[in-house]
Amino acid sequence: MTAIPRELKYAASHEWIRVEEDGTAYIGITEHAQAAMGDLVYVELPDVEHEFAAGEEAGVVESVKAASDIYSPVSGEVLAVNEALEDAPELINSDPYGDGWIFRIRLSDTEELNDLLTADEYEEQLAEEDH
Amino acid sequence: MSQKTQLYNKHCEAGAKWVDFGGWQMPIHYGSLMEEHHAVRTVAGMFDVSHMTVIDFNGAEAESFLRFLLANDVVKLKNIGDALYSAMLNEAGGVIDDLIVYRVANGFRMVVNAGTRAKVLAWLTQQTQGKNLQWRHRDDLAILAVQGPEAIARLPDSIKAVAQGLKYFSAAWVDHWFVARTGYTGEQGVEIILPHTDIEVLWQDLLVAGVKPCGLGARDTLRLEAGMNLYGHEMDDTLSPLKANMGWTIAWQPEDRLFIGRSAIAERAQPTHQLVGLILQGRGVLRAEQVVKSATGQGVITSGTFSPTLEQSIALARLPLPLTHEVEVDIRGRWQSAQVVTPCFVRDGKQVHQPL
Repeated sequence: MTAIPRELKYAASHEWIRVEEDGTAYIGITEHAQAAMGDLVYVELPDVEHEFAAGEEAGVVESVKAASDIYSPVSGEVLAVNEALEDAPELINSDPYGDGWIFRIRLSDTEELNDLLTADEYEEQLAEEDH
Repeated sequence: MSQKTQLYNKHCEAGAKWVDFGGWQMPIHYGSLMEEHHAVRTVAGMFDVSHMTVIDFNGAEAESFLRFLLANDVVKLKNIGDALYSAMLNEAGGVIDDLIVYRVANGFRMVVNAGTRAKVLAWLTQQTQGKNLQWRHRDDLAILAVQGPEAIARLPDSIKAVAQGLKYFSAAWVDHWFVARTGYTGEQGVEIILPHTDIEVLWQDLLVAGVKPCGLGARDTLRLEAGMNLYGHEMDDTLSPLKANMGWTIAWQPEDRLFIGRSAIAERAQPTHQLVGLILQGRGVLRAEQVVKSATGQGVITSGTFSPTLEQSIALARLPLPLTHEVEVDIRGRWQSAQVVTPCFVRDGKQVHQPL
């Protein structure tokens, strides 16, 4: 079974978001997404200070076989990117919800979190994709 | 519905992740493409390539027919078991398929691609009309490729000695098994063509001997590092083989040998483009269809990947002549620098490319 931490929220496009107490949030891709991609070899990170709208293309992860877009699940300004991924994109494979985080954002509208999937809802989506 | 090979259950047991390839459900990898790739470069891996198409020819006119059908010349096959790489061209000089043809006791055996099967069989039906020969698509046979520096040492005893004695690009029969010293990885190894009923046992023996199951993903990264063409990428029905580094496979001599496509490619023999290797200078991954810009014009990437052996991105690209040492590649709107090199990156586990 693929890990889907209960405390996170999810986008249908397989990103997770973890909201901190200070109103900022970390974003990455799910365990299911990294497993489907296989060994990651390159991550194109967003630019710090860039302002994203919810659902906007924020970067790219590439495995040996294919490239896949990452979308920002929420609107906001990029505060930091995980520079460790430049030399070690495989961190996303080994620890997708921890050391494999991709960028950190300051949410401009916390209401948008309500539009995202809960862990249960994301799990249901994966079950449906399987069929 | 996609077709499954005889090894479907074995692939499931090995944890295969699947891909549809030319109407076949085939393993793309069994967990880690990277590990499979390294296994072939350092030890041994095995690939189920039973989806490929085996065709046997015999009869009085088999040889003269193949000399007409193929751009390479089967008279070069002096001894039984000798193998030859060739293009099969259409009248316009485009590549219908690339293939390996072997001389066998009473005729020839040809192995063509999976994705081109219907087209090739239709072409053979048309071209063999009225000829005194028989040909048969051998869909009763399976193919297992065993590749890597230790591939031959790990073969079952029943075929090991024969395999060790074979020269590169030759084959021999061991009972009903056809053992060929060929491959698509740039490593030592064999491709074994055998009855459907035998392949599960061979697979299991090799698994016990520590030969790693490898999927089509690693097959592609290995062939690309080895600078080998893939049908539909480096060549197709519209491209002259001279634009795909296949000039060496065209037998122009004897001059009076008429083969399909000969006059068409002779007319276009003055090349305008060349297939070369690229190495990306920065981060990122080169991919097929990305546009390449050089000081002498525009080109295109035909195949690109991250090279697990070199740990950087490599590609095959068709570039305008004259060549330049460096080019720029459009990767999602950013122009990134790449070095132009000989189109062969890795052989026998070692880096071999040279700057061009």
